[in-house]
Amino acid sequence: MSDNGVNKTRRRLLAVTTVVGAAGAAATAVPFVRYWQPSAKAQAAGAPVEADISKLEPGQRLTIEWRGKPVWIVRRTEKNLEDLPALNSTLRDPDSAEPQQPEYAQNPNRALKDEFFVVVGICTHLGCAPSYVKSDDPQAAQLGSDWKGGFFCPCHGSRFDLAGRVYQGVPAPINLLVPPYTYLSDTRVLIGVDHQGAA
Amino acid sequence: MEKLVGWVDERFPLTKMWKEHLSEYYAPKNFNFWYYFGSLALLVLVIQIVTGIFLTMNYKPDGATAFASVEYIMRDVEYGWLIRYMHSTGASMFFVVIYLHMFRGLLYGSYKSPRELVWIFGMLIYALLMAEAFMGYLLPWGQMSYWGAQVIISLFGAIPYIGDSLTLWIRGDFVVSDATLNRFFSLHVIALPIVLLGLVVAHIIALHEVGSNNPDGVEIKKNKDPKTKIPLDGIPFHPYYTVKDIFGVVGFLIVFSAILFFAPEMNGYFIEPPNFVPADPLKTPEHIAPVWYFTPFYAILRAVPDKLLGVVAMGGAIVVLFLLPWLDRSPVKSIRYRGPIFKAALTLFVISFVILGYLGMQPATETATLVARVCSGIYFGFFLLMPIYTKIDSYKPVPERVTS
Repeated sequence: MSDNGVNKTRRRLLAVTTVVGAAGAAATAVPFVRYWQPSAKAQAAGAPVEADISKLEPGQRLTIEWRGKPVWIVRRTEKNLEDLPALNSTLRDPDSAEPQQPEYAQNPNRALKDEFFVVVGICTHLGCAPSYVKSDDPQAAQLGSDWKGGFFCPCHGSRFDLAGRVYQGVPAPINLLVPPYTYLSDTRVLIGVDHQGAA
Repeated sequence: MEKLVGWVDERFPLTKMWKEHLSEYYAPKNFNFWYYFGSLALLVLVIQIVTGIFLTMNYKPDGATAFASVEYIMRDVEYGWLIRYMHSTGASMFFVVIYLHMFRGLLYGSYKSPRELVWIFGMLIYALLMAEAFMGYLLPWGQMSYWGAQVIISLFGAIPYIGDSLTLWIRGDFVVSDATLNRFFSLHVIALPIVLLGLVVAHIIALHEVGSNNPDGVEIKKNKDPKTKIPLDGIPFHPYYTVKDIFGVVGFLIVFSAILFFAPEMNGYFIEPPNFVPADPLKTPEHIAPVWYFTPFYAILRAVPDKLLGVVAMGGAIVVLFLLPWLDRSPVKSIRYRGPIFKAALTLFVISFVILGYLGMQPATETATLVARVCSGIYFGFFLLMPIYTKIDSYKPVPERVTS
């Protein structure tokens, strides 16, 4: 035999077998990886939920569960809404440039209706639930003398204003997430479904 | 008896293995206190496996019943409280022992050539042990289990582009849920322990191939008896060190039992108080802190104001440990013959590591963050500047033979 006794046909067969075997092993990995994806049941549990806001007084907050996450509806006072623009210079993303809200909520108050602020109550840093601290709460004193009300995350000290906009110099990188939502009537909000029509 | 052993030896290398790893494995004769922790780690591993097997008999990996099943074990199962507290105390003691074991490596340069692979296998064990402990902590399904997992899984969300899909894939749901609990149970009970055991075997085989280091950092294989080829400073592991280690085991078990019977929760350090409240996805505990053995790295995470860079720093703090054998350029191994710069650097490193561990348990205030930043700087400085300061550092002459 030539080539020092190397049987080229057998070598080629060996190579082909290795490649086919590796491809087969890779293909087998797919079902094992996909096995970890949310199951059909978990996905179905992510259906929209409705909230009644008729009993919400100014300054109050309502928490409801959507996809297992807390969604807050905060009724802001006139004073709160007046305070918001004044904070712009201390915020990281005052104009909501990051896509942390649906298009129809990309406005100065980050809401469909200025009074009602709908937001996912999970800190954008590492997923803790921030606490709602009003300007006249005892806890507000710890957050500086001119705390205008907002959300404070006890885990790592991130702060957000009453439009869920993140302050500068805290670990959370972006504003709180505004979920897709729409109004079914003046007092009923549907969370998980995009608002149709003019924003 | 001899006939039986002979029969087995013809079919399985029983006597050969006994000699290689025990009766004719020659370890340096000058082992001191620090050399207890290797065998103690093995002891704790056995405790964890045995108690774990028994806990699995009554534990239910189900979001609706997990918390109650742990309480059932604690209250209604005979000696269930003992087995459970052995397991939870064992987890913390595992890290106590491993940290002291690793510190021994730093003291005497046990990671240096030719023991790089011993160190790498050891580091893999450490990394895997952290994963094992993290997944185990979710299983009681208390508030701290839940929110700790939520925070740690969210870390993966910092990875650009794939972050969000990756966290969804790890959780198997939009939040930490039953699906997450069930897969963590599977990994904690089957997958990781198997890999862990394999790595422990590799760690010991690698060690026995090159031989043990010692407090003098002298290679005992360089001075062998010309006739017997046995290292002059070596003594057989069995019976000398098996007996010494039994003494260590007794001392360890006294401490272990004292904690187990008098302070199994260690005042909130081994089991945090919020973990006696069932997991509630809608309510975060006032203050989330990991268990003490993760807090140094957690403090490093918080010290960095940027999310992605924080995660990178935390991961880097572990990765840099793997590189240790190649960062140290000193010609001597042991602290006994090192110069003042290394001694100062090691002291600073230990102090900053302890401070980071403390800060990781405390709420993030401005002063705390500042201190954490300084300590993180020292932590990384210890490793990254090591090639420079170990090279310019002075050193004392190393003796030919071990000192007694």
